[in-house]
Amino acid sequence: MKKKIVLVGNGMAGVSCIEQLLKLAPNRYEITIFGSEPHPNYNRILLSSVLAGDAGMNDIVMNDWSWYEEHNITLHTGHTVTHIDKERKTVRTDMGITAEYDELILATGSLPFMLPLPGADKEGVIAFRDIKDCKAMMEAAKTYKKAVVIGGGLLGLEAARGLLNLHMDVSVVHINEYLMNLQLDRTASHMLQLELEKQGMKFLLKKNTETILGKKRVSGLRFTDGSEVEADLVVMAVGIRPNVALAKSSGIAINRGIVVNDYLETSVPGIYSIGECAEHRGVAYGLVAPLYEQGAVLAKRLAGVETAGYQGSVVSTKLKVSGVDVFSAGEYADKPETRAVRVQDDFEGIYKKVVIRDGKIIGAVLFGDISDGSRLFAMIRNGEDVTGKEKTVLLGESGTPAKSGAELIAAMSDDEVVCGCNGVSKGAIVQAIQEKGCSSVGEIKACTKASASCGGCKPLVADVLTYVLGAEGVKTVKEGMCGCTPLGRDEVVESIRSMRLTTSKEVMNVLEWSNPEGCSKCRPALNYYLGMVWPEEHADERESRFVNERNHANIQKDGTYSVVPRMYGGVTTPKDLKRIAEIAEKYEVPLVKMTGGQRIDLLGIKKEDLPGMWADLDMPSGYAYGKSLRTVKTCVGSTFCRFGTQDAMGMGIQLEKKFERLNTPAKVKMAVSGCPRNCAEATIKDFGVVAIDGGWELHIGGNGGTKLRGTDLLCKVKTEEEVLEWSGAFLQYYRETGKYNERTAEWIERIGLEQVKAALAAKEDRDALNGRIDKTLDLMKDPWKEIIEQQELRQTFVPMEEQSAESII
Amino acid sequence: MKRIHVGHVTEIGEKRSRVVRVGALEIAMFKLSDGSIKAIENRCPHKAGKLSEGIVCDHHVFCPLHDWKIDLHNGVVQAPDEGCVASFRVEKDEASGELYVHIEEEKILAS
Repeated sequence: MKKKIVLVGNGMAGVSCIEQLLKLAPNRYEITIFGSEPHPNYNRILLSSVLAGDAGMNDIVMNDWSWYEEHNITLHTGHTVTHIDKERKTVRTDMGITAEYDELILATGSLPFMLPLPGADKEGVIAFRDIKDCKAMMEAAKTYKKAVVIGGGLLGLEAARGLLNLHMDVSVVHINEYLMNLQLDRTASHMLQLELEKQGMKFLLKKNTETILGKKRVSGLRFTDGSEVEADLVVMAVGIRPNVALAKSSGIAINRGIVVNDYLETSVPGIYSIGECAEHRGVAYGLVAPLYEQGAVLAKRLAGVETAGYQGSVVSTKLKVSGVDVFSAGEYADKPETRAVRVQDDFEGIYKKVVIRDGKIIGAVLFGDISDGSRLFAMIRNGEDVTGKEKTVLLGESGTPAKSGAELIAAMSDDEVVCGCNGVSKGAIVQAIQEKGCSSVGEIKACTKASASCGGCKPLVADVLTYVLGAEGVKTVKEGMCGCTPLGRDEVVESIRSMRLTTSKEVMNVLEWSNPEGCSKCRPALNYYLGMVWPEEHADERESRFVNERNHANIQKDGTYSVVPRMYGGVTTPKDLKRIAEIAEKYEVPLVKMTGGQRIDLLGIKKEDLPGMWADLDMPSGYAYGKSLRTVKTCVGSTFCRFGTQDAMGMGIQLEKKFERLNTPAKVKMAVSGCPRNCAEATIKDFGVVAIDGGWELHIGGNGGTKLRGTDLLCKVKTEEEVLEWSGAFLQYYRETGKYNERTAEWIERIGLEQVKAALAAKEDRDALNGRIDKTLDLMKDPWKEIIEQQELRQTFVPMEEQSAESII
Repeated sequence: MKRIHVGHVTEIGEKRSRVVRVGALEIAMFKLSDGSIKAIENRCPHKAGKLSEGIVCDHHVFCPLHDWKIDLHNGVVQAPDEGCVASFRVEKDEASGELYVHIEEEKILAS
């Protein structure tokens, strides 16, 4: 016969322990759970989200009714266990049900601490602990206006934020001068207060409530200093105390909480306790991470799996208030024997402090930017010695060996959010891996939405995978070019070459695209690859080009366009400037602006005006819109500058004239500086040229955009001809090996600098590459001119005209 | 309901679009690769992008601003995004190739 387990308390701590136990020993026990609340197990932490309107009641249920059924768990909700018979090993509820146990787990949680104030029993005075309280607040907000929250700690502020969302006028009363004084130092606390005041919260600090005023319902509070405040709703959030009533009446040893040892055993054999009701080594925790850790230890114990026991937890705190990022962990307060590294930026509203004692990090407070939280928390838990490199802890990783991703994940608590956009926790991802068999980032994305929005957390999700499955277990799913094909760039380009495919339609047919006409991702990419492989045979597919490259202007958010004429090397003439000025006036251009690439941008142009404007300008297109060479930025070089060593402008103009109109996988920016002072910022360009005395340095793979990357030095050459030769070979090699939409900075990281150097090292290879790029360049025509001259192209820029009177039918 | 003559089928390129303005209403006319013509309001429900400038794939168009995918048969925005664009019935005279769009009068006035 199976042994019987009874769990008293259907909350997060107890149920998570049962979940762990079911994994370790699925059929060992017959399980019965008693819960006082009439709900299945829900995520109490998310009550503040429910109150804030970010989640519904059903969204926070962690184990629904069917989960209990599936696991043959007998669940009694709405039952409070009132009596334990230690001799007979039974429990009895207030509704008269009796259950036998072999092992009994007490996870009775905690009770909100209600201040014993005169008037605390009035209508409208509530706590913030369970779904019932949450509903009471939402109900009150419909009729009443003024809310007062007593308690400026974590819980109080989350309650206050929720009440603000319910459009109540909210004041927070706090006995201390500083908010969250148990988690934050004064500086962080002050910054928090300012931020919350901005959100509309009011504060009554250093106030001690004396009486709750009102007749039947609360009408206000009076403080010990004699002042008063009006209130229609009072929420007490001053703290919690372990719920030990049952244990106490059953003769189990209690102190503040139910006293347990490292194996969560109480003073009575066969009776265990975990969660907020338990006191371990003198500490009763009120946060979720320790409860999970305790549950995991107890589950192992009950399953007969060896465990080192529970060693206590270092806890970290995050305030779940939108728009306010606060993190605190360990011993955050300054003491005589501690020293701290601090960063404070009042402009960005950022404050970071790391507390160090005897060379070890013992605590941290972060405000405004909590991205270092997980890393610092891991360092605190591991007791890492940072002697001699204290500053690097906050000010950069240089010198410190970076922690592996999986190690960082190991230190994260289960409820810690990995995907900030969609609110997916580490625990949810781990669950998807373990229970739904997800083994790739893509599968996790489909299953949990983690990394589905901004994608910034993808590396972190990958780390969770490695952490759970080990490096071998992670499936590296080949990501196709897009959702239409599992084939990657190289396979597609290889097929185009080997099968002599010359149109997108052929490619999609032959390679069995799942969408017969592709999508907005693969269509422009295929058009590029086809043109790169078969410059002469492939007819450019205008309908596959993104709007900017089809209309040869840059679409703006309001549907107008911007026009940027070519200005080689950023050098212009009074005559050209006059013409641009006249045309800007003629077409009433709303905005004229210098671009970052040393030319003039005319913004706000209507589509139908584009061809006329180009004709009037009579200048080549600047390709400011295309996956193509944009500009070659230059400094004045030796022409005027007293430091210049070479003719930077001349070199830049030559490069721009040679490579203008070239189709490339992504935009290409170049620059030429006339001396190592590098005023043209050539070392953050895709191809940068820096003049030195008697020659030129060639730099590649730089990017000043999304992800800043300095260039790598390719080589040094002596003559302008060599600069042109190397640049041509480099660009063609990038064209032939780059993925569509992949900038040289990403490309070089992917294929490696050595590979690029090797491909360009031999003169005959460079000549062959130049031969191919020249063939492509010879075929390019100025697109503005083409559109002006061809009536059928020009026609697409104007609306169709209604040709006859409307008929009413 | 108004039936409006908007032009000839040859005026629109395959997998391309042309714009027709009827009062304040802007309509994008698309020619699919099977030669059929579809008409929807030229305004993405997301950020009012000009759908006429999107890439056309079978009977869908991708908005050029943020890549929302819209079904040209009925104007329905495809998952994971949500919404709908007004769509209009197009009548093609098979013999002459002339195109007519049917629009409810309120639509023209309301726009």
